[in-house]
Amino acid sequence: MSVKIPPGLQLEKVDERIMTLNIGPQHPGSGHMRLIVQVDGDYIVACDPDPGYVHRGEEKMAEYRNYILNIPHLERPVIHDSCNILYPYVLGVEELVGIEVPERAKYVRAIASELNRLSYTLYWLAIYGIFLGHSTMFMWPAGDRELAIDLLDKLTGARVTHSYFVPGGVRNDLPANFEDVCIRQLNYLEKRLKAYADIFYDNPILISRTKDTGVLSREDAIRLGTTGSVLRASGVDFDVRTKEPYDAYEELDVHTNVLKNGDSYDRSKIPWLDMLESCNIIKQALEKMPKSGSVRVKLKPNPKGGDDEVYKRVESGRGSLGVYIVSRSKPEPYRLKLSVGSFRNLICLPYLLKGEKLGNMPAVYWSLNYWPVEADR
Amino acid sequence: MSVIAPKFRLAYLLKGVLNDVFWIIVLLTLIGIPIIMIVLFYIELPVLEGELLTPFLAFTMLFHPELAMPLIDSFMNTDFFRMAVFPGFGFAVLIATGTIFAERKLLAKMQLRVGPFYCGKIEGILQLMGDGLKLISKEIIIPAKADKPIFWAAPVLFIGTAAAFVALIPVAPGWVVADVDVGLLAVFAVVGFFPIITILSAWSANSKFPFIGGIRALYQMVSFEIPLILSLLGVVILSGTLNLSEIVESQASFPWIIFLPVGAIVFFISMLAELERIPFDLPEAESEIVAGWLTEFSGMMYGLVQLGSYLKLYAFAGLFVVLFLGGWTGPLLIPSTPPEILSGIEVGPIAIDLPGSEKFVERTLNAELINGVIWFVLKTVGVIFFILIPRGVFPRVRIDLLLQIGWYKLIGLAFVNIFIALGVLYSGILEPGVIF
Repeated sequence: MSVKIPPGLQLEKVDERIMTLNIGPQHPGSGHMRLIVQVDGDYIVACDPDPGYVHRGEEKMAEYRNYILNIPHLERPVIHDSCNILYPYVLGVEELVGIEVPERAKYVRAIASELNRLSYTLYWLAIYGIFLGHSTMFMWPAGDRELAIDLLDKLTGARVTHSYFVPGGVRNDLPANFEDVCIRQLNYLEKRLKAYADIFYDNPILISRTKDTGVLSREDAIRLGTTGSVLRASGVDFDVRTKEPYDAYEELDVHTNVLKNGDSYDRSKIPWLDMLESCNIIKQALEKMPKSGSVRVKLKPNPKGGDDEVYKRVESGRGSLGVYIVSRSKPEPYRLKLSVGSFRNLICLPYLLKGEKLGNMPAVYWSLNYWPVEADR
Repeated sequence: MSVIAPKFRLAYLLKGVLNDVFWIIVLLTLIGIPIIMIVLFYIELPVLEGELLTPFLAFTMLFHPELAMPLIDSFMNTDFFRMAVFPGFGFAVLIATGTIFAERKLLAKMQLRVGPFYCGKIEGILQLMGDGLKLISKEIIIPAKADKPIFWAAPVLFIGTAAAFVALIPVAPGWVVADVDVGLLAVFAVVGFFPIITILSAWSANSKFPFIGGIRALYQMVSFEIPLILSLLGVVILSGTLNLSEIVESQASFPWIIFLPVGAIVFFISMLAELERIPFDLPEAESEIVAGWLTEFSGMMYGLVQLGSYLKLYAFAGLFVVLFLGGWTGPLLIPSTPPEILSGIEVGPIAIDLPGSEKFVERTLNAELINGVIWFVLKTVGVIFFILIPRGVFPRVRIDLLLQIGWYKLIGLAFVNIFIALGVLYSGILEPGVIF
């Protein structure tokens, strides 16, 4: 019986000049994954990302639970972006079961998913800061993230893993006085976001370090199938919220931020611009939302879909996030497939790191807006 | 929101102070009295003014302060005191630990958090003690394929070299451990040892990340030593001496930073690179190479290297003060003690006669020393503050940008500084070596 030895563990004949570094899984700059990096002096000659350390089989687990029981465990891959990862699933189940969501619930969903995007992106930015050795940029977003988490706590009753979206609407209505608190905290957050530009994005050392590193051209970005902030930093105007609007985004005015260069700096700046845009969207949604009405359509117990297949996608914090559900007239899905932005962005890492210096590795790697747990599912 | 620090209350502060004082007294009695016993009964005692110090005499001195004066005086003038306590190791360790604590609190304030808070009740003042105890109690793990003698020697050598550097810094007139005539050259010689120790420890660990970190440290330190040395030539040209004490005396009327601001800036930036501080902390770049050349150190070995690097920080800040800010010179803050109160203390019915104090104050604890130390410490703390600030503001630079800064920009600026010094000299504004 021959056992296939995974890459990085097998003996291979290499040039004497080349040193193989195992960056991860126990490394402060890797996350829950391993990068097998081969360096010639200070230059990276090859990089082989090795995800899979936190694979939990979410897709298989979904086949043994009915549509309602799937909600709490499907948000596990990205617990701090849980509304966004549930959004396509919930949309798909609604289409399978055939129910219409109340108008007010659509706006509440938009608010919750934008708050989640804020909370996720601030977390991502904090790690990007510490990866570049900027400890203030780690502490500030990690602290200001409390604003978004506090609002979500008021809205859903949980700081992370909200389980807030259900087929047929959302779990509960907005709490009393939520609008005023939300607008006050968002105004403060916008002020803080502008302070980040002073200390981080306009910092000459940061610009000299991340400009023109890991350049992904427009053609390569499309060819490699990247999505989200990576795609938009390379000059492609694509956002699911505007191109294929769903729920309340049909009525909301969403501005897509696009930058041209496709380097690490632009890739790190797009999420920051998106955060300002998210604040704007939440304010719009609070204004346009119907002031009263139901937020949830009650379903029959154990809802069943027909012999049908459905694919839905939304824009998450890391790019387009799709769910494909195959239904065979049973309370459980026959097959459920998650197509996540993290994994699609990771694919371009070997192309970007080839020929870069070792010092650029964290700057390029984390600018891909990658979340290891989501990629492993 | 999350945990918010409790509001300041005077009662809590007083309770904290009393608590700490209580524990300090308890620990001192438990540790201090046995140490005094050991010293008095097992160690050969010195001869003071023709009289052998006996344990009996020493205990008598505890209750008659007038008898203790000659003892303190003679102790403060020994070489051991200079090396171990005042201008040497003890003083430097005090400032270094203060720097670590101040850095943590300052950085916390910049990053909108509280920093060490609970240990020791008052603003986490005992946090360092806790960290030290933790490091001591940790197991020291050595890589199986390491070159063990060199690996063990590296932290000791590092802290030894840092202490040698500290020994060259004059703190007050006459108060320096090693007053050598080629002081500045001795400083360069000692600074040149650090990259050797770094690469030795990195190579002996026989591990990949320390190896990369060691090579980076070597690149960085060697390439920044050149602008470091060149930037100090201006000071040598103007003061006409290499002796650090004489360089300080040459700045009695004004510090050299007035004439040589370019040199001071070049020296400051090179100093940050030599100290491996952010933005030049590439040898310890966490997200790229774990902890650089410190990766394989554990327990107190790591603690020793950290203490050594903070001693080095104090020594570099002191060197900056000595060369550019005028060392201990400054306006008189505390005037000389008038002779009539030297003979004794009289408070109401209590009168204590202090026969040896006149000589003690005249010879050792004079106004020159007190004022010198105050000015030196104030200036050094100011420079240390400026060394700490970039950590909260800048990200890490990349190795090629770092070398570019060193070789293209700083060396050019250092030469500009030399020409400024020569211009000042030849235009007749200053004359070499005759200012003091």
